[in-house]
Amino acid sequence: MLQTNLTHITSEDEFKNILTENENVMICCGRMGPMCIPVYEAMEELEPNNPHIKFADMPFDYPISKVIRTLPETKNFNGLPFTVYFNKGNVVKATSSIQTIDKITTILDEQFSK
Amino acid sequence: MKTEHYDAIVIGAGPAGLTAGIYLSRGKAKTLIINEGAVGGQTVLTHEVANYPGIETISGYQLARTMKSQALKFGATIKSNVRITNLALDGEVKSVEVNGKDFYTADAIILATGGKSRTLNVPGEEEFKGRGISYCATCDGDFFQDKEVIVVGGGNSALEEAVSLTKYAKYVTVVHQFDHFQASPHAVEEGSTNSKISFIMESKISEFIGSEKLEKVNIQHQVNGEIMEMQVDGVFILIGYEPNTSSIKNIIELNERNEIVSNELMETSIPGVFAAGDSRAKRYRQITTAVSDGTIAALRAIEYVHELHSQVPA
Repeated sequence: MLQTNLTHITSEDEFKNILTENENVMICCGRMGPMCIPVYEAMEELEPNNPHIKFADMPFDYPISKVIRTLPETKNFNGLPFTVYFNKGNVVKATSSIQTIDKITTILDEQFSK
Repeated sequence: MKTEHYDAIVIGAGPAGLTAGIYLSRGKAKTLIINEGAVGGQTVLTHEVANYPGIETISGYQLARTMKSQALKFGATIKSNVRITNLALDGEVKSVEVNGKDFYTADAIILATGGKSRTLNVPGEEEFKGRGISYCATCDGDFFQDKEVIVVGGGNSALEEAVSLTKYAKYVTVVHQFDHFQASPHAVEEGSTNSKISFIMESKISEFIGSEKLEKVNIQHQVNGEIMEMQVDGVFILIGYEPNTSSIKNIIELNERNEIVSNELMETSIPGVFAAGDSRAKRYRQITTAVSDGTIAALRAIEYVHELHSQVPA
């Protein structure tokens, strides 16, 4: 389990439920490492002002992470964290490695209308 | 536009900024900590801190979280992951504009802006970040099992991480711009005696090339200018840190390395503005030295605010 205040996804059922129950979902799949922590913190900061988006994390070293690792959009990724944005269950954007809050905000604004 | 006045505003929330926040707020100064990134600064880069007195071992992340919790407990307000859009340090009342809409003023400012990883700033670097380019061998090394990687740099981090990467990679090439290393003799010896490591000296990567992921790099020799193309799966850029002082470059005295010039009381060239941590000019940069800076800056800032308020009007 990651030490964040985000919703944790640790099983396939939780993953499916989150995608089914929420139109817009941002999932950050990583570890508690220096490239991942800034992304989790940015998500924690953004969560209160974006109720139309579900923010969640997923441990990269748990078996569940295969749902992120095996996506065509992440096949060339080799930098943690893998961050994937879903709209109505479909991948609309994916990024690899550390991202600033400005870059994340831009993606959220582009992909998820309020 | 929202405006709020504080006794002191700390810019930065690494160990120096958080320590300043702890001392200021415990000293009953109304304190705001503003941070453009994630709380913890470069401390979170450290997986295990084993030389912080009084604590056997702790992760950098946990140490930063504890400092943040202490600062909050004593009454400091923390605003992280914001953008500072304007900074006015002259005059008795200093001001900070955040996100172009929120406006904060203070009697004293502590600049604890820290440092950030240096980048090469060459074509392809941003494009292939996370698709072959990494700044953290500990984080991403295991993606390069049996692959060929380059480590850029010649300091302790570069050579130690090059050795560490040989656990995963088939072969590691260290590319360094000078003809000698800045690393300690021990780190150089460990690297140079490892059969999976080779060196390309006096050279710099001039371009990252690939389609969906990094495939090759151009390496330019710094003396004869020749460019060599090299196939590679990954590049780890470990060329040290630079101070986060670009936004204050023209308003406060910096040295030739863009570090803030300050005296032993952490006073800068502007009255009421103090510096602490890795962004100030000093020789040693450790969590302990940042904490020391933050303490001194906060105590001096409290004195300064008291002096300011006790002045008899002419």
